[in-house]
Amino acid sequence: MAGTEISFERVSHTYRPPRGRPVPALEEVSLAVREREFMALLGPSGCGKSTLLYLLGGFLPVEQGQISVGGVPVRGPGPDRGIVFQNFALFPWKTVRQNILYGLEKQRMPRAERERRAQEFVDLVHLGGFEDSYPSQLSGGMKQRVAIARTLAIDPAILLMDEPFGALDAQTRGLMHEELLSIMERRPKTVVFVTHDVREAVYLADRVAVMSARPGRIKEIVETGHEGRPGPEIVKSRAFAEKVDYLWDSVRKEALLAQAQKAGGA
Amino acid sequence: MSALRRYAPLLLLALLWEAAPRLHLVDPRSLPPMSEVAVAWWRLLISGDLATEGLSSLLNLLAGLLLGIVIGTALGVLMAWYRAIDDLVHPLIRALYPMPKSALIPVMMIWLGLGAASKIASIFIGCLLPVVLSAYNGARGVDRVLIWSARAAGASPREVLWEVVLPAAMPEILAGVRNALALSFILLVSSEFIIGQHGLGYLISFLGEGGAYDAMFAGVATVAAVGFLADRLYLLAMRKALLWRE
Repeated sequence: MAGTEISFERVSHTYRPPRGRPVPALEEVSLAVREREFMALLGPSGCGKSTLLYLLGGFLPVEQGQISVGGVPVRGPGPDRGIVFQNFALFPWKTVRQNILYGLEKQRMPRAERERRAQEFVDLVHLGGFEDSYPSQLSGGMKQRVAIARTLAIDPAILLMDEPFGALDAQTRGLMHEELLSIMERRPKTVVFVTHDVREAVYLADRVAVMSARPGRIKEIVETGHEGRPGPEIVKSRAFAEKVDYLWDSVRKEALLAQAQKAGGA
Repeated sequence: MSALRRYAPLLLLALLWEAAPRLHLVDPRSLPPMSEVAVAWWRLLISGDLATEGLSSLLNLLAGLLLGIVIGTALGVLMAWYRAIDDLVHPLIRALYPMPKSALIPVMMIWLGLGAASKIASIFIGCLLPVVLSAYNGARGVDRVLIWSARAAGASPREVLWEVVLPAAMPEILAGVRNALALSFILLVSSEFIIGQHGLGYLISFLGEGGAYDAMFAGVATVAAVGFLADRLYLLAMRKALLWRE
């Protein structure tokens, strides 16, 4: 099996709305994500960080530059890259169990193994007892746990996360951080995590790539310097606070620029 | 209490229907009292006419409606998915949309003869449009992240169409089918008026022309009741099918 290191080479992308002028979303983005690294993409809203993730997922065509995984150019979506979206993207007509089973069916896993594996992932995200509930009957945090279980169940080598906890309240978000880290400890993966939350990025990631206001470019890459799995205690450390402050300054300039663009009607 | 309140207007209407002709507020020949219509209905039932003509109507209705639902859904989803099909079919739909579909009944008569085929074809065409449009709108409105989630799980584009786009569009499709159901009754009865030979519509026009107004009203009431019942049953089934939305 090929490796899971990811490389973006001079990737540009233009967003073409059905009406109005084309908008340059990404400009010459180059970035390398190492095998089993947790990389956060941090930037103001509208900077193209989600677009970058969708290109890597193969959902949007790569028009300029190249994206490759394990040295192989990305040509479309594939089960080697699982994705979790901000608004869960669960199939609302399927129950929790059916949502998790869907990807396993697509992988042509034998029935008995499918059922066993679905249950294993229901348990992994602590949703035992809700197997037959529909997404509309669950809270936001539970929905996102189903989405994570659904994606992890097909065991993708790479996990793409698009502001996965952005729709959750602060308490739930904190719990989800712990849950994600403990799952990653047991099943290590290469992760690309899009967020505009500085503390979240510093807490979860090995490295944080800061993106500029539109058109998005990689402004700088910062090592968070955790050793091993971060725990709640590191939040109180001086090093953590300094990293957060530093990144806040870096992102704030871009956020102000983005706001000015918006006010200017861009 | 709430049941009484809901059905009070209907009860009032029934009372008025009985009283108005008996008090000669209206000509009893053009509106026989409800009790006489009920008696006429009973006679129609015992004679077996109601069952025979009702069955003929029901079979034509179901055939036209089912054809409209199946073909309309497939066409609407494919139009939403494939640009070429949309370019080809959409102008035709737009041209056909404002046309009163009952105007096509004589045309169907010429093409398909004086039998069930003409009635089924008229109902089919009438039901097609609301189903196509609702399937089209439902399929176009599917959140792209649902499609992407399925693709990332390993589904092919064709699998996405039937496993994600179709069920995601289902609430809109089912609402469109409800409109089609109402239209199917209109087209059924009008085609039976025009083509004749069989069906409740034929029974109504036959009795009316013969001056048997009480029996004619019994036929009209039967069609109205069946239409109402069909809509209620459909709503129940639809709610059950969409339980996941609650």
